[in-house]
Amino acid sequence: MFNSLDPVMLARIQFGFTVSFHFIFPSFSIGLASYLAVLEGLWLKTGRTLYLDLFRYWAKIFAIAFAMGVVSGIVMSYQFGTNWSVFSTKAGPVIGPLMAYEVLTAFFLEAGFLGVMLFGMKKVGRGLHFTATCMVALGTFISAFWILSVNSWMQTPTGFVVDGDGRFLPGDSWPTIIFSPSFPYRLVHTVIAAYLTTSLVVGAVGAWHLLRDRTNPHARKMFSMAMWMAAIVAPVQIVVGDAHGLNTLEHQPAKVMAMEGHYDSHPDGAPLILFGVPNSAEKRIDHALEIPKASSLILKHDLDAPLPGLDTIPDDREPPVSVIFWSFRVMVALGFAMLGLGLWSLVGRWRRRLYDWSWLHRAAVVMGPSGFVAVVAGWITTEVGRQPYTVYGHLLTNQSHSPLAAPAVAASLIAFVLVYFAVFGAGTWYILHLMHRPAEAHEDEPDATPVRTAGITPAPAFGAQVGE
Amino acid sequence: MAINVDLTTVWAFIIAFAVFMYVVMDGFDLGIGILFPTFKVGEERDQAMNSIAPVWDGNETWLVLGGGGLLAAFPLAYSVILPATYPPIIAMLLGLIFRGVAFEFRWRDPRHRPLWDMAFSLGSFVAAFCQGLVLGAILQGVRVENQAYAGGWLDWLSLFTLLTGAGVVVGYALLGSTWLVWKVEGSAEAHARRLALYAGAATLIAMAAVSAATPFLYLEYWKRWFDMPGVLATAQVPLLTLIVAFLFFRLLRRGAMAAPFLLALALFALGFAGLGISLFPYIVPDGITIWDAAAPERSQVFMLVGTAIIMPMILAYTAWAYWVFRGKVGTHGYH
Repeated sequence: MFNSLDPVMLARIQFGFTVSFHFIFPSFSIGLASYLAVLEGLWLKTGRTLYLDLFRYWAKIFAIAFAMGVVSGIVMSYQFGTNWSVFSTKAGPVIGPLMAYEVLTAFFLEAGFLGVMLFGMKKVGRGLHFTATCMVALGTFISAFWILSVNSWMQTPTGFVVDGDGRFLPGDSWPTIIFSPSFPYRLVHTVIAAYLTTSLVVGAVGAWHLLRDRTNPHARKMFSMAMWMAAIVAPVQIVVGDAHGLNTLEHQPAKVMAMEGHYDSHPDGAPLILFGVPNSAEKRIDHALEIPKASSLILKHDLDAPLPGLDTIPDDREPPVSVIFWSFRVMVALGFAMLGLGLWSLVGRWRRRLYDWSWLHRAAVVMGPSGFVAVVAGWITTEVGRQPYTVYGHLLTNQSHSPLAAPAVAASLIAFVLVYFAVFGAGTWYILHLMHRPAEAHEDEPDATPVRTAGITPAPAFGAQVGE
Repeated sequence: MAINVDLTTVWAFIIAFAVFMYVVMDGFDLGIGILFPTFKVGEERDQAMNSIAPVWDGNETWLVLGGGGLLAAFPLAYSVILPATYPPIIAMLLGLIFRGVAFEFRWRDPRHRPLWDMAFSLGSFVAAFCQGLVLGAILQGVRVENQAYAGGWLDWLSLFTLLTGAGVVVGYALLGSTWLVWKVEGSAEAHARRLALYAGAATLIAMAAVSAATPFLYLEYWKRWFDMPGVLATAQVPLLTLIVAFLFFRLLRRGAMAAPFLLALALFALGFAGLGISLFPYIVPDGITIWDAAAPERSQVFMLVGTAIIMPMILAYTAWAYWVFRGKVGTHGYH
């Protein structure tokens, strides 16, 4: 029954679906791992158990998010081969080593120290435990480094030669491959997005509990920390995002044309289209609400700078405009909403109403999931914007796929959709359940089971801690 | 069988090492999952789960290294084997999802714990069985034309692959049961010891059956095993297997704690060596050798530098993490 479907389209939907789901978890765990390291560091420095309580509260949530990130990530590392084998054969010599370095330097670090971080507090000393937490946080960052290096190379490939079989072979210098032109921008933009996403989640949980009890010391602490983060990082992110956009304009102009909705070239100043409905049949934006010449001002810092449009790109080399046009606007709108929340919290602080301004707290709760939406929207913008290529400008998507059978891919796609919604839906529900419960004084270790003291070498530091 | 030690051969051994590490380390996790329903609800199951909770994630990482490493070092093999075994690979990944999340979810939701326990068992079983199918599919050969997989999407299915699937399931059950003999106590330990006996016998039967069937798949396999003078070396593998098997049953019955697990590891190492003798130097029989599939030298060198520095560190801190959680789990566990 599936034989009439296009297996390449199915494979693309499957990859897009699994990677979008997967990306949600790391964008949370990168930020949360660092937050946990900060909390434990503050506890060790100040000795205040408030920080230890918060550490243990968020560690339980981290454990669930991390497990979901791990299992959805393994899927990704095999899908390059199952569905995109031609891409793997051709680009494997270049991107394969980068991905191998991710496993060697990041995944093992995270996984190796995670057990000690979650379950080992009473088995090792304080210093070692803090080291384990820092190693997990470092691992999440290194992982982002390598995988974004791979992604950036696919977007802006450099440092390679193509052999007679069309294989990409590494050139003289690996740093040229690793640090491709879009990589620094993408790395900073994505890692900041992860921190911002996490701060919005932590802020929402703090606000949720402040709405129920504004004297709750744990809720006050996490809300305050999160709002500092949002207020500082949201404006930085907007500036970095702008720089990333300029970099994209330089290397992937067609993507920016689609983001801006510029079907036509504008020889003397292009308008900034705020809203509108892309009409791909007629190649124009219907009902456009636009600011004249503003796009040229943003992209070229000159009101009258000419900007070429998609009419300069052959039709079969155009990325799909509608998806990118919308996803880009969702991301930018949410970015400015985050900036607004950060500024509001500063006003709240200044007026000494940070902990009893209910509308601020309600807004923070509403903004809780906005980071995830923005991250996925940004991801869609950049990945769909890479189309119709897998390796930008060099290898077409419809020449990258495996010898696929439509029934097999359709069945696997359905299976992924069902399993992901069921399993990750349950996981999200458990996380929300944990967040709904306020953090308490003397928060338990992950899972409220008493821990047997270590066998022959009990750790004195934590033995003493139990009595606190 | 002269082995010319070049970069490609070194990489073949590194990938083989990663796969072996995965098989034995996640093998005992998956084995515990497979045997999980036979343990009593409550203390027995909690102990079993707790004995792997801090280490399963690291164990599973070797699978990512196996996949990522294959892509990096032998891109052609990666691009042929995965499409050729598409359904079992996808099923394995889905099985691993259920298995992986069950570790956290069963503690979060006592009301639905039976459900997540079932997800843990079924996920483990499916993952193990599918890994066996993939192993069998590689051994029985893959149709390759123009450097790409040229068969259908069900070519992997045969009586032989069903046998290897079952073989991996009972083999993992052996690793899991002996790990539990070492790590749990009380009624759970007694039960694990009984299971280890059955799993040990089943594993030996499966090894014998696969070994008996393999030489008939290809004449090449037959030659590698039985031609003089190579047979003098290859004959050591079944001989050593018999010795290890004898020691295993003897020490298991005498109540040894760690020895059964370590001897089960030795059995796996011998089985793995046997597979290596059959396959080498092919990575996809009988069309693609490791040299056909190898990445260019520049890629191999770049990765080798990193691997040589980082792999010892990984082994060191992994060993440390195991050391932290050494000894019996205890009834309250560290979860």
